[in-house]
Amino acid sequence: MALQQFCTFRVGGELFGIQVERVQEVLNFQAMTPIPFSTALRGLINLRGQIIVAIDLRTRLHMPERSGEAPPMNVVLRTDDGAVSLLVDSICDVVNVTEKTFETVPVTMSASLKEVIRGVHKLDSELMLVLDAEHAIDVGVEMPETDRSSGAGAAREPN
Amino acid sequence: MARKNFDEILKEFVDESAEGLQRLDMLLVQLESGRDSATVTDIFRIIHSIKGTSGLLGLNNLEKLAHAGESLLSEIRDGNRVPDKEVITGLLRMVDSIRAAMELVVAKRSDAEFDGREVIARLEALNTTRANDTAAPSLESVTEVLSNMEPEAAAAPAAAGIGGQHLRVDVSLLDKLMNMVGELVLVRNRILQLGHSNAAITASSQKLHQITTELQEGMMKTRMQPVSNLWDRVPRLVRDVSLACEKQVRVEFEGGETELDKTILETIKDPLTHLIRNAIDHGIERPQERRAKGKPEEGVIILRAYHDGGQVCIEVSDDGKGIDTARIVADAIEKGAVSAERAARLSEREQKMLMFVPGVSTSADVTKVSGRGVGMDVVKTNTERIGGTVDVLTPQQGGTCFRLTIPLTLAIIPALVVMSRGVRYAIPQVNILELVRLSADQAAEEIESARGCSVYRLRGHLTPILYLHQELWLKDAREEQEADGANLVILQAGSHSFGLAVDDIHDTEEIVVKPLARQLKGLTVCSGATIMGDGSVALILDVIGLARRVGVDVQNEAQSRASAQAAADTQIERLVIFRVGKNRRLAMPLNLVARLEEFSRGKLENSAGQMVVQYRGGVMPVVPLADVLHLESDSLGCDLAQVIVYEKEGKSVGLIVDEIVDIVEERLTVHEAEFQKNIRGRAVIQGRVTDLLDIPHISDLWPSTAHKLAGVN
Repeated sequence: MALQQFCTFRVGGELFGIQVERVQEVLNFQAMTPIPFSTALRGLINLRGQIIVAIDLRTRLHMPERSGEAPPMNVVLRTDDGAVSLLVDSICDVVNVTEKTFETVPVTMSASLKEVIRGVHKLDSELMLVLDAEHAIDVGVEMPETDRSSGAGAAREPN
Repeated sequence: MARKNFDEILKEFVDESAEGLQRLDMLLVQLESGRDSATVTDIFRIIHSIKGTSGLLGLNNLEKLAHAGESLLSEIRDGNRVPDKEVITGLLRMVDSIRAAMELVVAKRSDAEFDGREVIARLEALNTTRANDTAAPSLESVTEVLSNMEPEAAAAPAAAGIGGQHLRVDVSLLDKLMNMVGELVLVRNRILQLGHSNAAITASSQKLHQITTELQEGMMKTRMQPVSNLWDRVPRLVRDVSLACEKQVRVEFEGGETELDKTILETIKDPLTHLIRNAIDHGIERPQERRAKGKPEEGVIILRAYHDGGQVCIEVSDDGKGIDTARIVADAIEKGAVSAERAARLSEREQKMLMFVPGVSTSADVTKVSGRGVGMDVVKTNTERIGGTVDVLTPQQGGTCFRLTIPLTLAIIPALVVMSRGVRYAIPQVNILELVRLSADQAAEEIESARGCSVYRLRGHLTPILYLHQELWLKDAREEQEADGANLVILQAGSHSFGLAVDDIHDTEEIVVKPLARQLKGLTVCSGATIMGDGSVALILDVIGLARRVGVDVQNEAQSRASAQAAADTQIERLVIFRVGKNRRLAMPLNLVARLEEFSRGKLENSAGQMVVQYRGGVMPVVPLADVLHLESDSLGCDLAQVIVYEKEGKSVGLIVDEIVDIVEERLTVHEAEFQKNIRGRAVIQGRVTDLLDIPHISDLWPSTAHKLAGVN
């Protein structure tokens, strides 16, 4: 039985995992340049001369905002279009699993989670949600029509 | 080791031949239009060198093919064979065949699988007049040819790459060097920002600055190529397509020396091919049709390239029948790209732009050459990928003109760094006209609010002001921003200018443009990002995108040129343009308009002799504007009535018009029209005469309109 390795991290109390092969590196909080007209796209990071976009998984999964104390961590993924960073609450272990512990997505899971989850692995202590990286990074900017007076749909303001 | 050398030689041969083959295409088409010895010698030389080298490399099949071509050519050179259409077609077939062989050679490192017998047979058939002369030319005759062409070689500038003045360099190496220069520029910027007290360091860093700048300029130049490199293949294309379409087409070039970055040149190759193909297939008419119209039988396609500010424009124009806008709209509706109602409300330019939607075709019939609706999409996507725009112009003298406007280079540009709410942004220098700094008092006094939008009087010209923070983050920051005075960056967007208010203006820097991630593609207000001297990331503002977003029609030039002349007594207004009757264009200020609505005509009721409609829980009177202006409405057959709702003394009133054409921001030059009821003046908007509706006057007319309606019913 093929052994698979997952890099795990926490977002809003849930444990997520992504195949280690997909992960380029894990970084502490980085300074970001805010992006207009976007919510989940939290900012642009200078990663050794390469500009990459950081996607806040909390926003992406419609979870409540991170409370101030601990800054988010970066899980930098390799993708076909270059590196993309996912902002997560904290980084956990690398775990080894086999096909045996895998199950498809529980039907009762919230729609916003289901959208980006491939399935779950039953670990000894808890469940690890397998993140579907392609879907997780599939977000864009939302530019409202030019209704000058409307403030709705406004992106996070730079501080 | 020997193997590797062979591969290198092979690669060099293929690269060199590719250039030669492209040149052959052009020269052969030239030869068809008239035999001159220089052209023949040129052709002869190219084929001869392919033949020679392929023999040397053991590519025997290829050698045989080139030999057959050479034989036919020597007949032409000696005047024994006239290079007619048949001969040229045969030779062009040979060029294609050699190209195919080259591909095989690259893949298989041999031409054993290449079969050129059919083409060879054809070439020999063409050469039957002097069949016994097909033997290889003797060494003497070759030397003779070579010595003959010596003086001409100097006269032919395209024969580059042979002499010692030129070097063949791999593009990937240039790309790598370019990247490194980019990084060097960033380091240089950083060092310059550090500040230093030591004179020696200052001197050295100044030197570093100078060298880096020169290095960068030199690097950029290595990547520049004249547009004519791309155009060399056009005559062949035009010949092939016009033969396939049974049309007579001549192609003319202007500005071939205009230089562009190599990658950009590569990207516009396909768009140009599509545009030329379209022009021949759909634009230019068949000879008999042209004769009937009194045009010369031979159609003309003109390729034009020129610099315009920091950009390069490339135009493809033809003298054909022009674009059938109605046909495009019908096709777009059929393909579901736009609803019929919406299409009817689009301006003519917007309707034309529908041709760029995938699947929408400009032509009713699919031909071998085009008509499947793919081409125009390629044109638009490729051009936009390199930050360019596509325009469709309708020249006065008829025909069609496509204009691609593309940036000169992609890699490094000078940009102004500005600050807004603690975030830095870069604005490309090419878009900047000037900088204006206003003190708090000046700002309060001189930035005026004209009908809801801020304007500043720049030397007497009203310039609309946008607040960067508000445009990007949708927060009204105007008042606090003006508390400490205002920094205005006056920008040029197409032919319009506007001011961008920012918190602070920093230096001008050379920035290395990096493309935005896929996720940010929809961010039309930014064209890229860059890394600043301190390592942070800054977004590069897309001035055109920003202007478009706030309704400045950047593509329409004619109008603003006209208004620029009379700029002294102009005013800026945002206007709704609409149509009543067959061709009467009217406009009214947008800020007087509450809403634009559509009502089903069945919903229009008659109450006490007055036309009304149930609207938002109340009853709103509506007036058919056509009746007021004594025009004949042409949309009565249309179920949906287009209604402009405006407020008068706290009550809503609806005006029925035939079509909402557009909403524009315009510098208006109002001409006093001869006395006309309900019209307060006349102006040229989007190049067309447009009447300005006098709203209050109509409201006064209200009771009489009601009477009239009562009479009609």
